[in-house]
Amino acid sequence: MDNATNDSFVIVGPEISEAERIARPKVSYLQDVWRRFKENKMALVALIILMLLGFMVIFGPSISGYAFEEVDRTARNQFPSLKHWFGTDKLGRDMFARVCQGGRVSLIIGLAGAFISSVAGCLYGGISAYLGGKTDDIMMRIVEIIISVPYLIVVILLSVVLQSQGIFTLILAMTLTGWCSTARLVRGQVLQIKGQDYVLAAQALGVSPWRIITRHLIPNVLSVVLVSITFDIPGYIFSEAFLSYVGLGIQPPNTSWGALAAMAQTSFTFYPYQMFFPALMIALTMLSFTLLGDGLRDALDPRLRK
Amino acid sequence: MAQYILKRISYMILTLLVVIAMTFFLMRSIPGDPLASLARALPEQTKANFYAKYGLDKPLFQQYLIYMKNLLKGDLGESVVYAGRSVSETIIQTSPVSAAVGGLALIVGLIVGISLGIVAALYKNSWPDYLVMFIAILGITIPVFVLASLFQYFFSVKLGWLPTSGWGKPQHMVLPVIVLCFGTIATYARYIKSSMLEVLGQDYILTARAKGLSEFQVITRHVMRNSMLPAITILAGRIVGIFTGAFVVERMFSIPGIGFYYISSINNNDYSMTLGTTVFYAALFVVMQLIVDFVYMLVDPRIRLAGD
Amino acid sequence: MDNILKVENLQVSFNTYAGEVKAVRGVDFELRRGETLAFVGESGCGKTVTAKALMRLLQPPFAEIKPQSKIAFNDEDVLSMGKKRLRQYRGDDVSMIFQDPMTSLNPTMTCGRQIMETLILHKGITKAQAREEAIKTLELVKIPDPEKRIDAYPHQLSGGMRQRVMIAIALACSPQILIADEPTTALDVTIQAQILDLLQELQDRLETSIILVTHDLGVVANFADRIQVMYAGQVIERGTVEEIFHQARHPYTWALLSSVPKPGRETKKELYSLMGTPPDLILPLTSCPFAPRCEFCMNICKERMPKETTLSDEHRVSCWLQHPMAPKVETFYERQA
Repeated sequence: MDNATNDSFVIVGPEISEAERIARPKVSYLQDVWRRFKENKMALVALIILMLLGFMVIFGPSISGYAFEEVDRTARNQFPSLKHWFGTDKLGRDMFARVCQGGRVSLIIGLAGAFISSVAGCLYGGISAYLGGKTDDIMMRIVEIIISVPYLIVVILLSVVLQSQGIFTLILAMTLTGWCSTARLVRGQVLQIKGQDYVLAAQALGVSPWRIITRHLIPNVLSVVLVSITFDIPGYIFSEAFLSYVGLGIQPPNTSWGALAAMAQTSFTFYPYQMFFPALMIALTMLSFTLLGDGLRDALDPRLRK
Repeated sequence: MAQYILKRISYMILTLLVVIAMTFFLMRSIPGDPLASLARALPEQTKANFYAKYGLDKPLFQQYLIYMKNLLKGDLGESVVYAGRSVSETIIQTSPVSAAVGGLALIVGLIVGISLGIVAALYKNSWPDYLVMFIAILGITIPVFVLASLFQYFFSVKLGWLPTSGWGKPQHMVLPVIVLCFGTIATYARYIKSSMLEVLGQDYILTARAKGLSEFQVITRHVMRNSMLPAITILAGRIVGIFTGAFVVERMFSIPGIGFYYISSINNNDYSMTLGTTVFYAALFVVMQLIVDFVYMLVDPRIRLAGD
Repeated sequence: MDNILKVENLQVSFNTYAGEVKAVRGVDFELRRGETLAFVGESGCGKTVTAKALMRLLQPPFAEIKPQSKIAFNDEDVLSMGKKRLRQYRGDDVSMIFQDPMTSLNPTMTCGRQIMETLILHKGITKAQAREEAIKTLELVKIPDPEKRIDAYPHQLSGGMRQRVMIAIALACSPQILIADEPTTALDVTIQAQILDLLQELQDRLETSIILVTHDLGVVANFADRIQVMYAGQVIERGTVEEIFHQARHPYTWALLSSVPKPGRETKKELYSLMGTPPDLILPLTSCPFAPRCEFCMNICKERMPKETTLSDEHRVSCWLQHPMAPKVETFYERQA
């Protein structure tokens, strides 16, 4: 107080700009999503693991130098070594090459299955919510009936009927009912957004429907669908593994992670490594997609924005 | 209320009819016909008798009507591979075995899963939480048959504590039940944890604390009930999970349950057995779902009165 | 009048990912027996946090009451109470009503059981006795048909009814202090008046002291004895209702007062609205926190924190305008006249 001068008590008035500046900087939605996603170390690690798995599956066979169907009768059931990184199976085929090939099949089934079912689900759910009324009622009743039958039973039945042995019939069998949950999700999201106060407010202010669709509808639906895709992919890989065990999956000489693990199960006591590698790949993929999905959900959910 | 129940039951019957019809016509749409591979080697006259025996000589729609008529009487036909073995009887004989293993796995899974979920929520971000979430992740990332192989290897082959497979003694149940309940443990531990954390953040928990209740009383009286109620809704999914898991487990542990026969009927092209068992499973699940929904309605006061 | 509650240098921080948020920064006040004290301020000014801190309802480790803070209830140190004493203190000595009656009641427990819970806990009576008591309490808060409503679930009641149930829970054990955190904000205007009347009536009958947390000066005018205006975690001005409404000295209080609509006066004039937002509480505050938004901001305001100036027995204000060297400014009242 002693060093206070007359100058100290001159009114200079408010500085609103400064007041505004003190408030935290505004961040765009995507920046915010990315910031929160980065904070989730588990999800980031999961993303890296998935990229490594992708790399291995695509380039692995050319690195190892063995073809996945190449039979070497002199090298049956060999333990992992420098020559055969993951060992060999009972026909002397290189396990590393087979795991890579199996990964291609498993991942294609997972990705294609999730993609097809979410496109179908988006269309069905979107149309149902858009049309509303009686049509919506009937469309949702159909979904309810399909969904109330256990998924795997339907897939088994379809696999039996389609005599599915290849990738495409398998994907068909799995997606034929898989889209239902996405359809429900999308419909719910669209209806919720349609009824939300801010959309009503936007409509009242004369914002064009196009802007409402691009600004509110698509980002919201997209984030929900994106999260459901990351959870669907491991779901399809898991179902395929189950079908392989039951004997309805991919048929030899082609293979998948599930088929490899199922095959190795009979001789597990003697050659545990034959099951270890494919099972590890399934577990890693499942884990990574689950963590990635968790991370994405947390990052995309605007309600958690702080 | 009564109207709602009636509506739900009529939907259930409609669903069942659709599912049975779908299953029947799908099975009959297999290229060739369901008996083709079995009848190939038979002489012409025997073949005709064979087809007549399973009613496959009549027009398709008439076959369906006959099937439905028999179904109402509880008759699902006869196995095409093992002559003289009735499908209904096989189901009646084998389902108690499956129900014992599955029911036990469900109960154990619920108790362990819910307890682990509570522990994880109460000790959030400390080692018990991480341990529980690790177990939960194991449960959802490892296929059942891999898990079963591992358990058989360690507990039967290496340690010799339990029989590898078989049926009849109580110790035969131990490994299958453990393997089967893993999925339920994983699902419930995750669900209860997040549901408890959500309830803990609710305003009425603050009210309860402001009343002077101890933390233990807050948890047992206010948190538990509110976080457990919604967990009933995922029970239907878990029952399905137990049954499909049982397909694998029953085969790997040689348990004479219905799943075992279902899978072998698929592998043997036993058309009538597959058809009958699918219909049985579908009916079971649809009914289970309805029961779970009704139970939820009974225990949650909000829903009960919203229906009025 | 004697003090029932005395708070000295209360400091509360929240540990967030971005750093330590100092939500309450050295609040002092005392509450007297039978009076109503109102905390007034914008959202985020620390009034609710202060209220929760009084009951030790803030959850560590996320929220932290700093060690130099002191809260004394009848000369007893609240912050060092053991678990058992604290449970008795909560509910029996001091109780709280929350803002939103829609979410503050347990949805799966009947209203009666939620009232009985407190009674059984603090009075050590049987279930049947507690039920009798609960019915009486429901009668007290003027819920029609209490014998029937006692078995109702919260969702079966309207918002106003639920807030009455909340009040019944809070008053069941006749506490000495009732903390009401925005008790009427979530309710219809007509219901608001009913709830406030009810609180007033119960206070007269039970001689409870009330701490009323609100951002609505209209509510305060009719109900409170004393007011403290809070800004950025500090009390910037305090006094009796008359002093705050008619002789306020802080520009922030003026801003609050001029943003209240008054019927029949200056209808053509646009309602005043304060520009800008309160400061981010993560940042350290070394100067007057209101300076950036203040119409009368001086150079000194941006350099140093003002000290509290005493104007009367009750009236105190923290503002550099009270300094002898500061220029005379035209106050809110002079401008209105």
